[in-house]
Amino acid sequence: MIVVDQVTKSYGATRAVNSLSFTVRPGVVTGFLGPNGAGKSTTMRMMMGLDRPDSGHVTIGGKAYVDHTAPLHEVGALLEAKAIHPGRSAYDHLLALALTNGIPRRRITEVLDLVGLTSVARKRAGAFSLGMGQRLGIAAALLGDPDVILLDEPVNGLDPEGILWIRTLLKDLAEEGRTVFVSSHLISEMALTAEHLVVVGRGRLIADTSVDELRRTVAGASVHVRTPDATRLGRLLVDDGVTVTSGPDPHELDVSGLDAATIGDRALAAGIPVHALVPHEVSLEDAFMQLTHDSVEYQPTSLATSEGLATTEGQAA
Amino acid sequence: MATTAVLDRPVPNRPVPTGGLRDAHDVARLRVTAWRVIASEWVKFRSLRSTVVTIAIALVVIIGFGALAAGVVSGNVTRPAGPGGGAGGGGAFASNPTAVSLAGMTLAQIIVGILGVLAITGEYSSGMIRATLAAVPRRLPVLWAKVLVIGVSTFVVAVPASFGAFALGQTILGTGRNTTLSDPGVLRAVLGSAVYLAAIALLGLGLGALLRHTAGAIGTLFGLLMVAPGLLPLVLPKSWGDSIVPYLPSNAGESFSSVAPKAGMLSAGGGALVLAAWLVVLLGVSAWLLRRRDA
Repeated sequence: MIVVDQVTKSYGATRAVNSLSFTVRPGVVTGFLGPNGAGKSTTMRMMMGLDRPDSGHVTIGGKAYVDHTAPLHEVGALLEAKAIHPGRSAYDHLLALALTNGIPRRRITEVLDLVGLTSVARKRAGAFSLGMGQRLGIAAALLGDPDVILLDEPVNGLDPEGILWIRTLLKDLAEEGRTVFVSSHLISEMALTAEHLVVVGRGRLIADTSVDELRRTVAGASVHVRTPDATRLGRLLVDDGVTVTSGPDPHELDVSGLDAATIGDRALAAGIPVHALVPHEVSLEDAFMQLTHDSVEYQPTSLATSEGLATTEGQAA
Repeated sequence: MATTAVLDRPVPNRPVPTGGLRDAHDVARLRVTAWRVIASEWVKFRSLRSTVVTIAIALVVIIGFGALAAGVVSGNVTRPAGPGGGAGGGGAFASNPTAVSLAGMTLAQIIVGILGVLAITGEYSSGMIRATLAAVPRRLPVLWAKVLVIGVSTFVVAVPASFGAFALGQTILGTGRNTTLSDPGVLRAVLGSAVYLAAIALLGLGLGALLRHTAGAIGTLFGLLMVAPGLLPLVLPKSWGDSIVPYLPSNAGESFSSVAPKAGMLSAGGGALVLAAWLVVLLGVSAWLLRRRDA
C-alpha cells in the first residue's frame, strides 16, 4: 500500500508535482500514466525517499520509506534503465545491494535466474544491451522479495518477447498480493498490464480509475447517421442517456448512447430512410489523449486531435 | 574502456518460480547495519577493474619513480642536461636521501586522489547512487563506509609502497649517500607519506561527494594539490601568502611526510592537524549535503 498525500515538489521555478494525492493498493497492477514531464518519475523518486517533497507526505506500508529497517524487503524499485556501473558485473552489482540489507547470496542466484541473466552474470554490465540492463534492474528490484514493487517505464528497450514476459511477471507479482506500481506513457501497454490507473498531467491528478471503467467511458462511442429526415429521427431517438448532435450538414447526426443496430431498427419502424450508419470507435489512446491533452508539457504546435471524441467528461486539469 | 560486443540474452518464457525470502529466519535477519554497508562498499570497490589498475599504477609510480630518482642522484642514471632537466638531482633534494626515494609520492597523490573521487562520482554518473541510497535510505552510512574502505585500502597499499620505495631507493643510493629509518625524522617521513596518501584519497572522496561530478572534482583536486601551492605565493600579497600557503593540504601534508619541514611551513604535528581539519570539514559538509540534497 502506497499513500501519496498532498505532495508538492518544485525544481526551481518548475512545479513538477502539484498537491498530488492517490493510493496504490496491493493485489493489482496499478499503472501510472501521464505524458512526458507529467511528474511520474519525480513522484516515484519521492516514494523512495530520494527526492524530498516540498510539502505533503508519501508513506509505504504505513511509514516513510526511510523509516524501514530493511527497506529492500519492503520496496523494490527500478527507477532508471542501466543505472549500473559499466565496469561491474551483474552479480557484483546485485551482491553490493544485497549485502546492505543482509539478503542471502542464494537470493542473488534466484533473481538472476528469474530474469534470465544467469549465464552472463559475471560479464561486465557495460556490455549489456538496454533490454538486459532493464532486466538487471528488475532483478535488483526483486532482490529483497519486497511487498511493494515500483517500476519506472520498465518496458523501455525490451523486445516484444521481453514485454510479454514483464506483463506476466507483473501480474503474477500482483496475484501474490504485492503492490505493483508501474509507470508508462503508453496507455496501450498499461491497458494490457494494469487493472487500475492513476493518470497525471503537469504534476496533477487527472484520473484515478480502473482500466475497465475507462474503457466503458470510452465505449460510449457515437454513431454517425446520414438521413434526409434528420430532424424527425433526432426527435425520435433522443432520450435519457442518449445524445443527438447535428453537424453542419442538415442531413447528418451524431448519436451517442445507442448502437448502430438499434438506431437502424427504430428508423425502419418509423419509416425514416437511413443512407449511412457508421459506428465511431474511440480507442483508449484517444481517450488518454483527450484526458491529458490540456496537460501535455511539450506540445507540437498543431496536434492532430481525432474528431468524434465522445464528450469532455473527466477533463480535470 | 570501450564496450566491444553487446550481449543479449532471451528472457525466460515465464517467470521462474522462486523461493523468495519467506523463511522467517531469513526475514528476521534483514536490516541495514553499518558493517553490512561497509561490506557492500568493499564489494563495490574491489569489483571494478579500474580500482585494481589504479592501485597497481600507484605502486609502480611510488616505487619506480623513487628508484629512478635514486639512480639519477647516485649517478647510475644520467639525467638530461640543460634547464628543466628533471626536478630531481642537485641541491637540497640530493642531500635528502629520504625525499629522493619518495619522489614518486607527488604523482601518486593525484592517482589515489582520483581513486577517491571516482569511488563516489562513478555512482552519480551511472545512476547507481539511487540504487545505493534506496538500499540505505539513511544515506550517511554509505559515506562513512566509503571513507573507511577508501582510507584503509589506500593506507594498506601505501605503507608497503612507501617502505618499499624507501628501501629500494636507499639501496640504489648506496652507502655514504643513503640514510636509515633510525635517523631522526626518517621513519616519520616514510610512514607519514603513507598516511598522506590515504588522506589525499579521502580528500578526493570528499570533493567527489561535494561536487558529484567527476571532471569537476578531479579538476579541483588537481588545482588544490598541484596548482595552488605554486600559484598562491605569486598572486597573493606576501603576508597573505605566508599565512595561507602553509595551510594548503599538500603543504600541510609535506610538513609531516618530510624529514624536516621547510622554513615557513607548519610543524609535523601542526601539519597533520591541519590536513585532518581539511578532511573533517570537507567530509562534514558533504555529509550534511548528502542528507539534504535530492539524490
